[in-house]
Amino acid sequence: MTTTTKPTVVLVGYGMVGHRFLEALADTGTADRFRVVVLAEEPRPAYDRVALTSYFSGKTPEDLLLGEPGFLDTHGFELHLNSPVAEIDRAGRTVTTAAGHTVAYDTLVLATGSYPFVPPVDGKDADGCFVYRTIEDLHAIEAYAAGRKVGAVVGGGLLGLEAAGALKGLGLETHVVEFAPRLMPVQVDEGGGEALRRTIEEMGVTVHTGVGTNAIVVTDGAATGMTFTNGQRIDTDLVVFSAGVRPRDQLARDCGLTVGERGGIAVDALCKTSDDAVYAIGECALAVDGRVYGLVAPGYEMATTVAQQLAGQAAKEFTGADLSTKLKLLGVDVASFGDAFGTTPGALDVVYSDSRSGIYKKLVVTPEGALLGGILIGDAEAYSSLRPLTGTGTPLPVPAESLVLPAGLGAPVSLGSSALPDDAVVCNCHNVTKGAVRAAVTDHQCTTVPEVKKCTKAGTGCGSCIKLLSTIVTDELEASGVEVDKGLCPCFAHTRAELYEIVRVKRIATHRQLLAEHGRLSGEGCEVCKPTVGSIIASLAPELPASGHILDGEQAALQDTNDHFLANIQKNGSYSVVPRIPGGEITPEKLIVIGEVARDFGLYTKITGGQRIDLFGAAVDQLPLIWSRLVAAGFESGHAYGKSLRTVKSCVGSTWCRYGVQDSVAMAIHLELRYRGLRSPHKLKSAVSGCARECAEARGKDFGVIATSNGWNLYVGGNGGATPRHADLLAQDLTDEELIRLIDRFLMFYIRTADRLERTSAWLERIDGGLEHVRQVVVEDSLGIADDLEALMARHVDDYQDEWAATLADQDRLQRFVSFVNAPGVPDPSIRFTPERDQVKPDLGVLATAEDLLATLSADLLEIR
Amino acid sequence: MTTVTATARVELQTPEGWVAVCDRDRLTPGRGVAVLLPDGSQAAVFTDRQGGLYAVANRDPFTGAYVLSRGLLGSTPEGRVYIASPLLKQRFDLSTGECLDDPAVSIAVHSARLG
Repeated sequence: MTTTTKPTVVLVGYGMVGHRFLEALADTGTADRFRVVVLAEEPRPAYDRVALTSYFSGKTPEDLLLGEPGFLDTHGFELHLNSPVAEIDRAGRTVTTAAGHTVAYDTLVLATGSYPFVPPVDGKDADGCFVYRTIEDLHAIEAYAAGRKVGAVVGGGLLGLEAAGALKGLGLETHVVEFAPRLMPVQVDEGGGEALRRTIEEMGVTVHTGVGTNAIVVTDGAATGMTFTNGQRIDTDLVVFSAGVRPRDQLARDCGLTVGERGGIAVDALCKTSDDAVYAIGECALAVDGRVYGLVAPGYEMATTVAQQLAGQAAKEFTGADLSTKLKLLGVDVASFGDAFGTTPGALDVVYSDSRSGIYKKLVVTPEGALLGGILIGDAEAYSSLRPLTGTGTPLPVPAESLVLPAGLGAPVSLGSSALPDDAVVCNCHNVTKGAVRAAVTDHQCTTVPEVKKCTKAGTGCGSCIKLLSTIVTDELEASGVEVDKGLCPCFAHTRAELYEIVRVKRIATHRQLLAEHGRLSGEGCEVCKPTVGSIIASLAPELPASGHILDGEQAALQDTNDHFLANIQKNGSYSVVPRIPGGEITPEKLIVIGEVARDFGLYTKITGGQRIDLFGAAVDQLPLIWSRLVAAGFESGHAYGKSLRTVKSCVGSTWCRYGVQDSVAMAIHLELRYRGLRSPHKLKSAVSGCARECAEARGKDFGVIATSNGWNLYVGGNGGATPRHADLLAQDLTDEELIRLIDRFLMFYIRTADRLERTSAWLERIDGGLEHVRQVVVEDSLGIADDLEALMARHVDDYQDEWAATLADQDRLQRFVSFVNAPGVPDPSIRFTPERDQVKPDLGVLATAEDLLATLSADLLEIR
Repeated sequence: MTTVTATARVELQTPEGWVAVCDRDRLTPGRGVAVLLPDGSQAAVFTDRQGGLYAVANRDPFTGAYVLSRGLLGSTPEGRVYIASPLLKQRFDLSTGECLDDPAVSIAVHSARLG
């Protein structure tokens, strides 16, 4: 047996550090020299515990899993879930799980992590008391919070604030109780703690500092309140203990390994415990510098150290680590790095503090001006460029004060990557230097950030360095003379925004002409530039010698299939139909028509997220028949198929709702009718909420409107989907007219300057100057183009026509709606359905092979005979 | 590839011989149409801006759906004319049937001419 000849490595604990150990072992290329057995306590493979809170913002436990699918199998690592280890027999070199399963080891790696510290107060075990450590903890908190009102977090450190954010997100009135006189006492100083406190209190979280928890008040076995050391008492339904963590070293204690006085498995610089065959890494280990590290980056370093030793490679010693952190807690940026408290002899502070906007920035420097550390609260943008400069001993290239001042007050926009020496660490999680990133570009031919990430691992940990990474990569590419191709596609060297300007200024109305005069290839064009140019021509149609209908002339040949058939293609080649229901308001009569049409054509119906109804399963030849019925009943195209305005969602507003302060439905309908049919670089979604409760979820939209008692607030650049982003406030307390004028300008500015398929959220983050620049252009008209933008929108509104009504009225446009050009009236036999839950679904069986369809056809013929 | 010179009927070669499928006028450069062949199979017929005529099987091998006639036509920098599937955007060389994004996959090509 080959397995008996391989030494066995047993890894106890499969958290982030355990996973990193396996990755590091795989990276050494020697994984196949070992039998590796992983004993995990939790019911699922390693997941990103650092991002635990994102579970409450919609990430599923699966999203949080670490490693490529199949990673364990690829390397032959054996994983046993639900298998906590109960005992280690060092003499016999075996471990035994709680279930009694014994595994022999040659090398044992302990990565048992830590456990949440629960202070020994009365009532701590009552129902409603939780810790915040695993996905199971979050499930339990979520379930218990349902229907309850108040939650309290014991501990105002990093994890405590994460937990508070989670409770707030669950809709609970939230308290944070911190024993120290300020929040995040380990990372930030008094000034920083104060800024953090103010911002967090403004969000409606009640902060209690300088008080300890005396007891949990328990009624009928469940927590109902808590009392503090100062005699105060609050009512609460739920308590989360997040008062720090302790190393899980019990297994080590039980088998006689040396542990520290205050816990932690003592290890040397190579992470070896007092037993040569046993290593300890991560939060359970007491490092050689006498510290237990509760951050993931030092744990990763330890994991690599051990993997390298097993592989017989030169191992980097672990003698201590940087405790720099940057995170977003309750939406507030917090960063702390280097000597944040200025304990270095002779250290000086440079501080900027603006309590109005909750910004606090402190840099600690030497008398010569070299950076030692710092704290950034409220705006941690500079973290990625400052942290690598920390501790290099070289005076900063610009005066430290200019680095803490807000943009516009004499501060340089950013330091740029050239300020960094090659040995500056860019990615702290994986200890990657600027030199290594540059080498990835110069020596390994990486030309994009994803390639550099793959090559160096930089940016694959917490991700806070990605912006810096991208600057370094771009600078390096430019320095080495590599032309960064910003062209739209192989056919055009221009960006979409440049093509828009060319089309606008030269009034070019066809792709053919644009390609001939401005393309870098002759040829046919491609599936990227054709729809893009089609969209630009449609957006600018009122200004061009071009038809306002996208199925006229050459425009018809440029559209993606959805625009070409004015419907959405589905997986079996059938289409779905979405009539416009402005603002989500619909009469019973119209609902009945939709129901009748769906019934008569056998369509599958589903309510969409944008407050309308999607009808699935129409063959191309049915589309005009369906639309004749819909148009006759007063419906028009919903443009669900276009890169154009989709819906303006609304809540019911002040007409019905007792909280509403404005008529959100009327405004939503007005906006939807104004911007319907507007072709743009990507789809546009909008919503109007009638009060600050925000039931229409306007801040998840490209442009969102929220009613105030004084008018409307306009938010822009929001997004749901895979990369959710809350929209930013562009202007507040607007009248109806002001609101519409700003949206007109905003949309036209976006259409003019965005890249292909770039949603407003990505556009806002990409363009130089970001939100502030857009505000200047749209609100203050800094470029003097506001009149043009408004005039263009006015022409769009005037020229709007319903695409479906116009299509039904024109025989040329209609002739494309046949399944077979040589057999009009013959339905496409490949479009078939089977029943499911009282409706239909595509029959994919006939599509499996070409023969399957033909076989079905001949069976039909036999039946007829 | 045949060069179109005048309005005429488009014909495809099938096991049963040449079959007329539609008027040349029904083709828009850069777009396709689907045609039903005598054996029940489907073909997608295209013309490009140069007047080239192409026909391939209408079935998209990646999804099984009969949709290639509804894709967008394009050409590579080397001048290969292709159709991009409207579903998952894989491209197929219209002259050889080869998938440009996955050399292991190809589709059947029909000879086409004007009759």
